[in-house]
Amino acid sequence: MADLGEEVKLIGSSNSLFSSRPRVALKLKGVDYDFLQEKWWQKSDLLLESNPVYKKIPVLIHNNKPVCESMIIVEYIDETWTSKGPSILPSDPYDRAMARFWTAYSDDKFPSLLRVLTGPVPGEIPEAREQFVASLQLLEAALEKCNKGKIFFGGDDIGYLDIALGSHFGWIEATEKLAGIRLLEKEKVPRLAEWCEHYFGHPAVKDIMPMTEELVAFATEVKSSFSAPAK
Amino acid sequence: MVASAAVRLFGMWASPAVRRVEWALKLKGIEYEYIEEDLSNKSSSLLEFNPINKQVPVLVHNGNPIVESLVILEYIDETWKDNPILPVDPLERSKARFWATFVDVKCREESRKAFFMEGEEKEKAIENLQVQLKALDEELEGKKFFSGDHIGYTDLAVGWMAFWLGVGEEAAGFKANYDLKFPNFSRWMKDFLAEPVIKDNLPPREKTVEFFRSFKQLGSCTKVNQK
Repeated sequence: MADLGEEVKLIGSSNSLFSSRPRVALKLKGVDYDFLQEKWWQKSDLLLESNPVYKKIPVLIHNNKPVCESMIIVEYIDETWTSKGPSILPSDPYDRAMARFWTAYSDDKFPSLLRVLTGPVPGEIPEAREQFVASLQLLEAALEKCNKGKIFFGGDDIGYLDIALGSHFGWIEATEKLAGIRLLEKEKVPRLAEWCEHYFGHPAVKDIMPMTEELVAFATEVKSSFSAPAK
Repeated sequence: MVASAAVRLFGMWASPAVRRVEWALKLKGIEYEYIEEDLSNKSSSLLEFNPINKQVPVLVHNGNPIVESLVILEYIDETWKDNPILPVDPLERSKARFWATFVDVKCREESRKAFFMEGEEKEKAIENLQVQLKALDEELEGKKFFSGDHIGYTDLAVGWMAFWLGVGEEAAGFKANYDLKFPNFSRWMKDFLAEPVIKDNLPPREKTVEFFRSFKQLGSCTKVNQK
C-alpha cells in the first residue's frame, strides 16, 4: 500500500525497457503507484509538462514533483523509500562507483549497437555484433570480479546495475530474432547467461519485462511506420 | 588532510573533465598526487587503471581506480563527507544529477558538432545549443549558482561550459551568444569563474585556445580522449 498522503505516478510504457527500470525498483521497494501508459506515437500533455527538456518516458511523479531519466529515478526511489525493501545501490562508495560506471558504460554502448543490429543497413551488422559480443565479455569479467561468487551484480539480490543491464538485456532475444544472429552465447559468457536467467525470473522483474514476442512486434510496428514511402 | 600517496589523479592539462575532478578535490580539501598524461603516448599506469576507455580522468584511491568524471564526483562526495557537494534531499539530488547528465550528454554533443563541423551542420548545432542554454538559463532563475548560494555538484558538472565553451568558440570561430540571449547563464559563468577554487584551477586561456585550434585542424569528428 502507498503510504498515507503519498501519491506516486509513473509515466511510461509496458513495452519500454527504460520504463521497466523504475518499475522494477518500485516493485522491489513495495511501493504502489499509478502506471500511466503513454502511446508511443502521441505524447500526453502530462509527459510534456513533466519532462519539458527531453519529452521522454519514464517520468516518476511523486507528490506532484517530477523526476526524469530512468536511472536517476531508480536512485531517487532508493534514497526516498529507505526503510522499505532492500537497498538498491550498494553501501560501499567504491562498489557504488563500479555500479555507476558499468551502468554508464552500458547506456553508452548498448542502445546504439542494438539500433544498428535491428537497423536498415545489413552491412553494419557484423561490426556491431563484434562490438556487442566484446562488451558482453567485459561484463562477464566484471560480474566475476564484483559479485563475490553471488548470482547478481548486487550480490544476493538484484541492485542498481542489475536493473540497468536488465533493460538492455531484455532486448537481446528480440534483437537475435529480428536480426537472425546470436548475441548472448552461453558457452562464451556462462556467468552472464546464468545471471540473465535469474534476473528475468526474479519476482520483482518477471511480470514487468515485456515478452520477446511483444518487443519483436513493437519494433516491427515502429520500423514500418518510419519506413520511407516508395518513390 | 589525506596523505597524498593515497589519492592520485591521472589527468591532462587542457581537459575540462579532469579539472572538474580537481575542483571537487580542492573544494573538499583533499590532497592528491597529480600525474599529467600525454594522451598521444599513454602511460602503462593509465592503461592498467583504465583499460576499458583508456581515458582521463582516473582517480586512484588506495590503489582502486575510479573512472568517468561524474562517477568520480559522487565517489569523492561519498568518501570525504566534509563540505558536501550534493544536496541532502532526494528530489534535489535527482535534479542535480539530471542537469549534470544533460550538459554531459546533450550540450557536449552539440558543442562538439558546433566546434568540428562547418556550414549548415554547424549552424544547426549552434541552434540546438542555444535551446539547451535557454533551459539552463531558466533553471538559474532566482539562483546565484545551480546548487544555490554556493557552488556544488551541478555547478562543477556544468562548469566546463563557463570556460571551455568560450575557448571552443574562439578556436572554431562560432558564437553561441549567451551574453546577449541568456543573462542568467552569462552571469553564472562570471560568478563561477570568480570562485577562488575555480579561478586558481583553470588552464591558461591562450594556450588552451591554441591547443583546441590545432586539435580542430587535426581532423574532423575525432573523439576527444576524455570523459
